[in-house]
Amino acid sequence: MARIDVNHVRHSYLPNPQKDADFALREVHHTFEDGGAYALLGPSGCGKTTLLNIISGLLHPSHGQLLFNSRDVTNLSTQERNIAQVFQFPVIYDTMTVYDNLAFPLRNRGVPEADVDRKVRETLEMIDLASWARKKARGLTADQKQKISLGRGLVRSDVNAILFDEPLTVIDPHMKWVLRSQLKQLHRRFGYTMVYVTHDQTEALTFADQVVVMYDGGIVQIGTPAELFERPRHTFVGYFIGSPGMNVMPVAIEGKTATLGSQRIELPGAPKTANGAVELGIRPEYIRLGREGMAVSISKVEDVGRHKVVRAKLEGRDIAAVIGEDETVPAEPKVRFDPAGINIYADSWRVEMGA
Amino acid sequence: MDKTWNNKAWFLVLPVLVLVAFTAVIPLMTVVNYSVQDTFGNNVFTWAGTEWFEELLSSSRFWEAMVRNLTFSFIILAIEVPLGIFIALNMPKKGWGVPVCLVLMSLPLLIPWNVVGTIWQVFGRNDIGLMGYYLNAIGIDYNYVQDPFDAWVTIIIMDVWHWTSLVVLLCYAGLVSIPDAFYQAAKIDGASRWAVFRYIQLPKMQRVLLIAVLLRFMDSFMIYTEPFVVTGGGPGNSTTFLSIDLVKTALGQFDLGPAAAMSLVYFLIILLLSWVFYTVMTNYDAER
Repeated sequence: MARIDVNHVRHSYLPNPQKDADFALREVHHTFEDGGAYALLGPSGCGKTTLLNIISGLLHPSHGQLLFNSRDVTNLSTQERNIAQVFQFPVIYDTMTVYDNLAFPLRNRGVPEADVDRKVRETLEMIDLASWARKKARGLTADQKQKISLGRGLVRSDVNAILFDEPLTVIDPHMKWVLRSQLKQLHRRFGYTMVYVTHDQTEALTFADQVVVMYDGGIVQIGTPAELFERPRHTFVGYFIGSPGMNVMPVAIEGKTATLGSQRIELPGAPKTANGAVELGIRPEYIRLGREGMAVSISKVEDVGRHKVVRAKLEGRDIAAVIGEDETVPAEPKVRFDPAGINIYADSWRVEMGA
Repeated sequence: MDKTWNNKAWFLVLPVLVLVAFTAVIPLMTVVNYSVQDTFGNNVFTWAGTEWFEELLSSSRFWEAMVRNLTFSFIILAIEVPLGIFIALNMPKKGWGVPVCLVLMSLPLLIPWNVVGTIWQVFGRNDIGLMGYYLNAIGIDYNYVQDPFDAWVTIIIMDVWHWTSLVVLLCYAGLVSIPDAFYQAAKIDGASRWAVFRYIQLPKMQRVLLIAVLLRFMDSFMIYTEPFVVTGGGPGNSTTFLSIDLVKTALGQFDLGPAAAMSLVYFLIILLLSWVFYTVMTNYDAER
C-alpha cells in the first residue's frame, strides 16, 4: 500500500499541445493518502479515466510527476508500479478456470507454486468465490467476472493501490449494492489505497471517504460527501451532486444582503469579495415552502417517494425545492431560504462569508 | 394466434425447387446413373453394378492421388495458418497502415485462379521467368517442369501466396474485436508477450481460425485450376491430385463410368470431412 502523490500532472493526447483546451487533464496536484478510499467523480470526458490511467502507468503524462511513497515512478511501467486495476467491462481469461485466473499474475511474476496456492485460496475466500475455483471463468455472471478482475489485483498482497474504472457499469442494479458493500468491507479489513472512478454520485458518495470532483480536465473540489453537499466550492459541484442539483441564481450583493430582482435575501455574513459575476447557490433541501417569504408560482410537484420535489418560478427563474412527503403546497405559496444553506459564488467559485 | 393451414405456399418455393433440381439434383443423379453403368458410345449403356467402385478403390492410382491431396492440404495448412496468424498479429491496428495492409492482403484473393496459375507458371520458368531464371543464375538447380520436388515447392508457394491472405483477414477480424482493456489488464498482471497471445489473442481467434482451417482444407482438397495450369499434373503424375485425375479420366479418356464412381467417392469424402469439421465447431460452440 502506498501514498500516491500526483505532482502538477498535465496530459494531452495531442503530440504538440498549445492551449489549455488541448489538454485532457489541465493540471492535477493532489495526494492520495495511504489507505484512503477515494472516488473520482465527474461527467464523461472530464479527465477522470485519464488521471486513473496515469496513476496505473497505462498512460505517460505529458508533464508532471507521480510519486508512490515519495519514490518517483513516473517512468516506471505498469507492471513495475505494482498496482491493480479493475476495468469497466470485466476482463477475464476465458480459457482458464477461476483459480488459474487468480494465479495468473503471481505465476507471471515467478512466485513459487506453494505460495501461489496459498494466496489464491485466501483471495477466493475474500471475494467469496471459493466454491467456483475449478469452474471455467467464461461461464460466470458479470458480477462474478468483475470479482475475478478484482481478485487478480488482491492476490498480490504487496499491491500499491487498487484502481477502479467505473467497475459497476455492466452489473445488475441489485448486485451493485452487494458488490459495493463488499468493496467497502475489503477496504476496512485490509486498508488498501483505493481510487474509484465513476460518474454516478450515489456510487461515489457511498464508496469513498474523500470524493474528488473533476470538471473539464481539472479538480474542482475534494471533500467528504457532507462537505460536497453543504459547501460546494464551485457551482458545477452544486449542480452535479444532489438530486435535484443546487439552485443557482444571479444576485447583487450589498453588505449582508443579496438582491434578487425585487427580493432581498438576508445572508449569514458579508461575502469577503464579490467581484465578477455573483451568484447565490442554495440546495433544494434548504428552501422552505410556506406562507411567509418570497412569492413563487408553482409549475409542478413531483412525488419521488420519500419526499416531493416542487418546481417553481421565483422572480422569473426556475427553482426546485424539496418538501416532506406529507407536506402540502399552500394556496399562496412563498419561500424562505435557510441561511445555513446559502453559498455565494463569484465567477462560479465559492467565496467565504464573514460574520 | 390461429394459423390457416394450406399448401399454397409450396407454389412460392416451386421455382427454387425446379432450379435446384436442374442445377444440382438431376446432374448428381446422372452421375449416380453413370457410375453403375458401362458404355461404348452411341448412347448404349449396360449395367455394371459396383464394378467401377471396386476398380477405383483397388487402384493404386486413386490412392496415390488421395495421398498427394492429403499431403498437399496438410502442408499448406501447416504453413498458411501459423503464417497468417503471425502476419495478422503484426498488422497495424490503427492509422493509415490499416487500409494499405488490407488492400495488399486482399489483392491475391481478387485474382482469378487460372491467372494465378499463369502468373506462377511464367514466374517459375527457367528461360523467361523472374524466379526461375535468377534461381538458376545463382546456382540453384530449379526446374519445376522436370523435377517433382521443384514442382511441389512451386505449387505450395503459389498456394501460400494466393491464400494466406484469407487466414490473415479472418484472424485480423478476430484480433481487432479485442477491447483495449484486455491488453491493459494483461500489462497489469505482468503477462509476457507469449502469455498475451496464448490467453487473450488465441482464444479470441479460435472461432475464426476454425472457419479458416475448414475453408482452406476444403479448397485445397478440391484444388484443380492452379496446379493444372502450372504443371498439368506432372512431371509424371507427381502433382496429379484427385480433381486433375478425375478430369483426365472423364474428359481425357471419356471413361464416364469410372469417372462418375470417382466423383461420388470424392464427393462423399469432402462431405464426410466437412461434417467432421462442422460437428467439431458446433460442439465447441455448445461447450461455450
